[in-house]
Amino acid sequence: MYVYNDCDQQIVNDRVAQFRDQMQRYLAGKISSDEFLPLRLQNGLYIQRHAPMLRIAIPYGMLSAKQMRMLAHVARTYDKGYGHFSTRQNMQLHWPKLEQVPDILADLASVQMHSIQTSGNCIRNTTTDQFAGVAKDEIEDPRPYCELIRQWSTFHPEFAYLPRKFKIAVNAVRSADRAATMVHDIGLHLVTNATGENGFKVFVGGGLGRTPVIGSLVREFLPKEHLLSYLEAILRVYNRYGRRDNKHKARIKILVRALTPEKFTEMVEQEWQQIKDGPSTVTTAEIERLKSFFTEPDYETLPEIDTSFEAHRTQEKVFANWVSRNVYPHKKPGYAAVTLSLKKTGIAPGDATHEQMDIMADLAERYSFGELRVSHEQNIVLADVKQSDLYPLWQDAKRYGFATPTLGLLTDMICCPGGDFCALANAKSIPIAQQIQERFNDLDYLYDIGDLDLNISGCMNACGHHHVGNIGILGVDKKGAEFYQVSLGGSSGIDASLGNILGPSFSEDAIADVIEKIVDVYVANRIEEERFIDTYRRIGIDPFKQQVYRNA
Amino acid sequence: MPNDSTQHCIIKDGIIQPDHWHLVTIPETGNYDIPPGDIIVPLKLWQEQADTLSQHPGKVGIWINSHEEPEWIADKLRQLPLIAINFPIFTDGRGYSYARLLRERYHFQGEIRAIGDVTQDQLFYMRRCGFDSFALKEGKDMETALNGLATISQSYQAAVDQPQPLFRRR
Repeated sequence: MYVYNDCDQQIVNDRVAQFRDQMQRYLAGKISSDEFLPLRLQNGLYIQRHAPMLRIAIPYGMLSAKQMRMLAHVARTYDKGYGHFSTRQNMQLHWPKLEQVPDILADLASVQMHSIQTSGNCIRNTTTDQFAGVAKDEIEDPRPYCELIRQWSTFHPEFAYLPRKFKIAVNAVRSADRAATMVHDIGLHLVTNATGENGFKVFVGGGLGRTPVIGSLVREFLPKEHLLSYLEAILRVYNRYGRRDNKHKARIKILVRALTPEKFTEMVEQEWQQIKDGPSTVTTAEIERLKSFFTEPDYETLPEIDTSFEAHRTQEKVFANWVSRNVYPHKKPGYAAVTLSLKKTGIAPGDATHEQMDIMADLAERYSFGELRVSHEQNIVLADVKQSDLYPLWQDAKRYGFATPTLGLLTDMICCPGGDFCALANAKSIPIAQQIQERFNDLDYLYDIGDLDLNISGCMNACGHHHVGNIGILGVDKKGAEFYQVSLGGSSGIDASLGNILGPSFSEDAIADVIEKIVDVYVANRIEEERFIDTYRRIGIDPFKQQVYRNA
Repeated sequence: MPNDSTQHCIIKDGIIQPDHWHLVTIPETGNYDIPPGDIIVPLKLWQEQADTLSQHPGKVGIWINSHEEPEWIADKLRQLPLIAINFPIFTDGRGYSYARLLRERYHFQGEIRAIGDVTQDQLFYMRRCGFDSFALKEGKDMETALNGLATISQSYQAAVDQPQPLFRRR
């Protein structure tokens, strides 16, 4: 993974000193809370319902064991002993003390971590595939480009006060999109052109929130060396023309839609023509330098299939189940990528205690070259595990509560912290997740249902990505009471689509019944191996509506 | 509205110094005076009263608001010793793009001044985008604000102050 040099370290150290000074001036009353707001937000610091919240950046989800231990340390020392891994591959502390935040940042800086631009109206953490570098059908490892974007966007002087937040995601595989790029402000797809050269297909204006939109294609092929100047052109058009009069209409998706994608593209291309080939043109030397940080670890030469692994899989159904859901194929023979689940029933999805973080760091060192990744689905990945280690790793994972074998299944939900923690939320979301997990606790049944993304957001801001869940649940406020709106047919994958609202919303205690009825309709209508989303796309929303609202 | 001409000191070229420019604002109703000496007038006034202003005994600069685009004045830059860019509220970041365009695209050599809701914590970004003088919001301590000019000692991106990105300097 990327390792800071003196310049990178200096920038992060300077930030710690800067923020310490800003905090002191704020506490001394020299800057108002309005003035302090964007300063603290650009450091990931929110003032939440119960306490401040600090969002720590995990660039494109990559963590070393040492960094994971630091997360455990800050959760233990400055918070209540746990953290929340978010859908954008970051980690949030929900109970830090305001005045201790500079100390937290200093501790993080000691392991090359920070919380720069994890919030506020600026360019946020760039995200990518949790299987980057190990996926079989990858065109090229996207991480060097993510790091290039990270550096370019860090303290970009022109784009620190954008109309609204700005999120970039990169995908590099043909068969899937694990970074939900089509619902990002900019979605970049690594592609190969007719002459065999790799570059980027560029989508702009996707997003969730109040106005969910799938991104529009603005450029079929962008040569790599022009990546930064092209991003700069997009951001400049947005910074100049994005709406600033209404925060709900300020995202780039609204601008793209208002101008039409064609006109927007024309403006970007026009701007780009004037800055293209300037000093921001990325040099081959820089691309090579960044690539040198993402080389392969010392893989052993192994047979395609390990016999001891095969034997365990045949003998133990529970292990086989876990392998079928939580183990992902690897490009190297004899290796696998393992997902440690943070979706144990009764625990908020994405939450981990400091003990668990330390243990995950140990497991990474024991089994996966000391590196971990955070996934968009709020789990932790060990990307380079030998097949022969899968069985002992599974036993360790079980012991510490990471082996919930439900990856991609209905109970592997994406869920925001919701009204229990977040000041913006209309409704609680974690108890809803729990209710559903408890209802669907029969593993055989869950396996029979198969791939199904269920996403829960506590409000319109859609941090739980409900629009792109195969089943989406949105907390709404109805005259002071918490209700839940259900939508069907969303997908964040390569076939991205937005869900359609099923009908009138439901009270909290009805949700598990509703989900069960929806699943019943799918099971009754599916053909052979059809996934939930495929059945939905074939039969439409009506049969679901009829079943759910029949006796209403 | 930006600060008026009662402010006599300014941050320029990295130090606090007396300011000889008078900022002219047009009230919504009523008359306005054009003071003697060096003046900074609103773009609209400059366009409408070109003839009168050409007779002004003193230098004439202009100020643009955040919806007024640098392209509108691109062909007249040589007449201007100073362009002030107003930040009606600090969260309105259009002025950063304008300053870069004035410097990098239109090669404006005169002074670019930040006026309006300007405080210490914006100065670093403003300086990088090509601003060279800063009229701080009223009531802000200029001495302390100087710390804001170079708060981060290294920069990754190309900008006006450092036209080479860090990767070309590593």
